[in-house]
Amino acid sequence: MNKTAEQYWKANIRLVSILLVIWFACSFLFGIILVEPLNTIKIGGVGLGFWFAQNGSIYTFLVLIYVYTKRMNALDVEFDVHED
Amino acid sequence: MDLQTLTYLVVGFTFALYIGIAFWARAGTTGEFYAAGRGVHPVANGMATAADWMSAASFISMAGLIAFNGYGASVFLMGWTGGYVLLALLLAPYLRKFGKFTVPEFIGDRYYSRTARIVAVICLILASVTYVIGQMKGIGVAFSRFLETDYDTGLFIGMGIVFIYAVMGGMKGITYTQIAQYCVLIFAYTVPAVFVSLNITGNPIPQLGIGSAMADGSGTFMLDKLDQVVTDLGFKEYTTQVMGSKLNMFVYTLSLMIGTAGLPHVIIRFFTVPKVKDARSSAGWALVFIAILYTTAPAVGSMARLNLMNTIQVGEVGSVEGNIEIANVPQWMLNWEKTGLLQWEDKNGDGRIQYYNDKNAEFVAKAEAWGWKGNEMTKVDRDIMVLANPEIAKLPNWVIALVVAGGLAAALSTAAGLLLAIASSISHDLLKGVFMPDISEKNELMAGRIAMAGAIGLAGYFGLHPPDFAAGTVAIAFGLAASSIFPVLMMGIFYKKMNRAGAIWGMISGIGVTMLYVFQHKGIMFVPGTSFLGDMGPNWFLGISPNAFGAVGALVNFTVAAMVSKVTAPPPDHIQHLVEDIRVPKGAGAASDH
Repeated sequence: MNKTAEQYWKANIRLVSILLVIWFACSFLFGIILVEPLNTIKIGGVGLGFWFAQNGSIYTFLVLIYVYTKRMNALDVEFDVHED
Repeated sequence: MDLQTLTYLVVGFTFALYIGIAFWARAGTTGEFYAAGRGVHPVANGMATAADWMSAASFISMAGLIAFNGYGASVFLMGWTGGYVLLALLLAPYLRKFGKFTVPEFIGDRYYSRTARIVAVICLILASVTYVIGQMKGIGVAFSRFLETDYDTGLFIGMGIVFIYAVMGGMKGITYTQIAQYCVLIFAYTVPAVFVSLNITGNPIPQLGIGSAMADGSGTFMLDKLDQVVTDLGFKEYTTQVMGSKLNMFVYTLSLMIGTAGLPHVIIRFFTVPKVKDARSSAGWALVFIAILYTTAPAVGSMARLNLMNTIQVGEVGSVEGNIEIANVPQWMLNWEKTGLLQWEDKNGDGRIQYYNDKNAEFVAKAEAWGWKGNEMTKVDRDIMVLANPEIAKLPNWVIALVVAGGLAAALSTAAGLLLAIASSISHDLLKGVFMPDISEKNELMAGRIAMAGAIGLAGYFGLHPPDFAAGTVAIAFGLAASSIFPVLMMGIFYKKMNRAGAIWGMISGIGVTMLYVFQHKGIMFVPGTSFLGDMGPNWFLGISPNAFGAVGALVNFTVAAMVSKVTAPPPDHIQHLVEDIRVPKGAGAASDH
């Protein structure tokens, strides 16, 4: 693997790791592990933990894939590995 | 126009549409049959993936699970959506870059081994067939109930329709049919939800309605009201009840997520797009279309529960007039009583129905003082909630007919996608890849169609003689996919040194552990009486239910594969170059032109 391909892959791994940490936080951490303390915070008539478990995590997943697609497409161009 | 005629009309119209599309888009080449000629736009592909993914379980069962499990059912909401993040970030773009037709093909090439490919085919077929049997059963139930025929006739009609458009159209036909099916099913799901949310909270958007106050002017929030109504009758508090334990919920969610990313009929979707870039955004679009239904479901579930409780408990708990008189039950209850899925029995002979939790000792003591002699709603099948919801909320007949068409669309689209995955793994991976490498394209196409017809027949047979599959099907399908396919795909891309022996032993041990755990608690091939440890909470390993065990199987797969690969020879240089090549998008077009 040449220098740029190696850097491209490193940048990719860094991006994916950050996004997966958020993926874990919005579902497993907020929706299951910390659900009781978060439920003391209310938005409208819904506890925050309950909201993350049933709605918030899904919205976050959407944002994660959107950010990933945007960032990766930019990386492809930056490292000149994009498709024609 | 009466409900039955209207249902015939709506369902008949949608079916004519699906078959018309299949005929228009029928496949002529293997490329079109397996991967729709890679000409599908990411938005269209996302919509088709969503229809493919959302089966009768999502459409019909999930809101019912939420209604009766409350917070505990969050595992399905997070689990069946979070897997798309894993797919988009870890698998889809690389598999598209690789540029072949099937999942076992990737595994066979990456691990330079026909054995690995065959093991992958077996895992894939096990997962897909168990899943499709569940779908066939759903199709049979749905057809029979709404065409007012017996179950067997309903199943045959359903098999015939799947046969026509899946066998003829291949992936190209299925993709375009699924787009139509998505439109039907999402419209059918959201329209009643909007009406119900408007009725109960005055807010027409269900996602906001769930956090709004009741429209009755009391100022109480909808969820607080629901918590109070259910706890007043001895049930667990809706917003805090857990499923098993929190550890079980954690593992369950993880299993469903990994299973989603490992189910072959979902993965092959990402082979159908033109570019690597499109594979990334396709997963995003699929999740957008799935999220529309999944973020609506919590409102549908909670409001259906509230409506159900209020229908029976019309007044103050404990007062004589508080319970509905049997002579006055609404029409929808009588309709569903006919199906046997809703039953009641006047145990204390007072001519009224008491619906409460008679497993709650503390509450039973109170209930006895009121002269209640046990819960009188002897059967409330969870699966009727979505279908009955428009009737409970007194919505017009056309909405009810629409929901029927939506449920059928959901079941048919998933069955078709699964059948394609099975057919391609038999004709492409087993026949062309292993046993008959010289087979012509025309014969391969024919073999694919025969395999599909055979799979429909097999699934239909199990549909006619269901071996107590309902819950077990979903458990094993996700568990098998999570514990076998996902780990080897991920390691094949992210761990260059993973080798043949590691992958093969990883798949075998992962799927083996999962099957052993499922069978020991649910019976060998789900035959009751052969389970040697019993399907009971106290016997579960750390309290993890068999349905949730796929994540543990995946962990075993990762661990075994890593250990075996350390002590065996590393993969040859050309394989390491192959991995480097699939990691960059450049040159994907060339790879697919074969």
